[in-house]
Amino acid sequence: MENENIIIIDQLSFSYQREEEEQKKKAVDQVSLSFRKGSFTAILGKNGSGKSTLAKQLNGLLLPSEGVVYVGGFDTREEEHVWDVRQTAGMVFQNPDNQLVSAIVEDDVAFGPENLGIDPEEIRRRVDKSLEAVNMGQFRKKPPHLLSGGQKQRIAIAGVVAMKPQCIIFDEPTAMLDPKGRQEIMSIIRELHEEGITVILITHFMEEAAEAERVIVMNEGKVLLDGSPSQVFSQRQLLQSVNLDIPLAVELAGKLREKGIPVPENIISTEEMVEYLCQYK
Amino acid sequence: MIRDITLGQYYPGGSWVHRLDARVKIIATLLFIIELFIVDNFIGFAVAAAALAAVIAVSRVPLSYIVRGLKPIILILCFTFALNMFMIDGTILWQWGFLKITREGLRKAVFMAIRLVLLLIGSSMLTLCTRPLSLTDGIERLLSPLKRIGVPAHEIAMMMTIALRFIPTLLEETDKIMKAQQARGADFETGNLLQRAKSLVPILVPLFVSAFRIAQDLAMAMEARCYRGGENRTRMHELRLVGKDYLAIAMMIGFLALMIAESVLL
Repeated sequence: MENENIIIIDQLSFSYQREEEEQKKKAVDQVSLSFRKGSFTAILGKNGSGKSTLAKQLNGLLLPSEGVVYVGGFDTREEEHVWDVRQTAGMVFQNPDNQLVSAIVEDDVAFGPENLGIDPEEIRRRVDKSLEAVNMGQFRKKPPHLLSGGQKQRIAIAGVVAMKPQCIIFDEPTAMLDPKGRQEIMSIIRELHEEGITVILITHFMEEAAEAERVIVMNEGKVLLDGSPSQVFSQRQLLQSVNLDIPLAVELAGKLREKGIPVPENIISTEEMVEYLCQYK
Repeated sequence: MIRDITLGQYYPGGSWVHRLDARVKIIATLLFIIELFIVDNFIGFAVAAAALAAVIAVSRVPLSYIVRGLKPIILILCFTFALNMFMIDGTILWQWGFLKITREGLRKAVFMAIRLVLLLIGSSMLTLCTRPLSLTDGIERLLSPLKRIGVPAHEIAMMMTIALRFIPTLLEETDKIMKAQQARGADFETGNLLQRAKSLVPILVPLFVSAFRIAQDLAMAMEARCYRGGENRTRMHELRLVGKDYLAIAMMIGFLALMIAESVLL
């Protein structure tokens, strides 16, 4: 069942209700996508491109105006399955402060499993395991407000992991963090993906998107590009036309190619570029 | 200033008092408070004070820490004392114009002061020795029989949990707003009380806005983590009465009996 899709979006449109505006602007417009089980997808786009709205559609926080979203086989519009949907697709939000519920780290991680009505001993096991998974075991008795942004975000991830979702949607998890915190979170996301969890990463950092297997670029509610990172980043003009910067290495590769140096298309990260240039003769 | 208030703060520790079931401690505190209002003589207060001292000794919370918590109420204490002393009629001990001190007034004032101090120390012992979350848990469990008559026990406990979690966040937010306004020339430090109070208004408005934003974010995060109220919810730390809790209950009943006997007999 390797190729099974965990999330299927079919002809999804969504517009926010604004009474004062006559014509509704669609935040998401006629989008059809599907996500394979165990895949790692990055969704890129500038502010207002509809990427966060799309993310909230994936676990029933927002419901489609038109079209259908299936998560783990459940239609998100069916009220009786909303909790199945949210258990299948967990979500980590942008602001680490505003998503922690409890004044003690381990109690916060236990919040999700407690909501699912799981046995106390099993909750204990899951909490310890999830905290270990994000390297926060030694902070389990601390109050969250004494931790750094990156640490808080790791707790938020542990809280979602403890619910054992098949898929985790990260809605710009690093946007409010310093570079060190960003690296920590990205390495945890990579580890989760290696463990078989489907990862959907909403971001506006190109470098983060480059780590995914698949990159989707959103613009004005529509899918602009969809493909492997090297395919997507090779569309330099198109990306620049929607005000997205391409990764430095990709830009450099493009300029080198113009000068006649045959840089391979699959070089997208700075490390790969360094590697290539050092061996170039 | 906010940091000085020890009322409602938790003093981490592993003493016998700390490890007691939160429900037992809440009930004990309530009983203690009730007893303070039954008692009306010095022996009674001495017994109550001795019992409280024993609890403090066992809890290993430093006395200086507890006394510091009394500071904010010194003013209230003096005010009540004066009010009681001058306002009650009886045998006059001292008089100057319309001010008079009576024997009954003095007695009442002293008792009231002792009562307030014991009350405050007693209730702060509850919060000093109980993890905030056990406390809210205990309140939820104690209120749960009232669910049948429509008391939202779980919701009350959840609100308290969230309030405890977000006090530091909101303090940080306030600090941020104040600094942002000071950077643009706002003055919070000079002027009389009225002027200073007025200068706080521009802080409150953005603070409210950000509190609502935080609430909205949090509500969404809680829903994403399958929160659907207290129904079918389990807890990682389950409250369970064990030997020492029953012992504490027995001591509590003994103390209650002693107080009632004492006030009836004397």
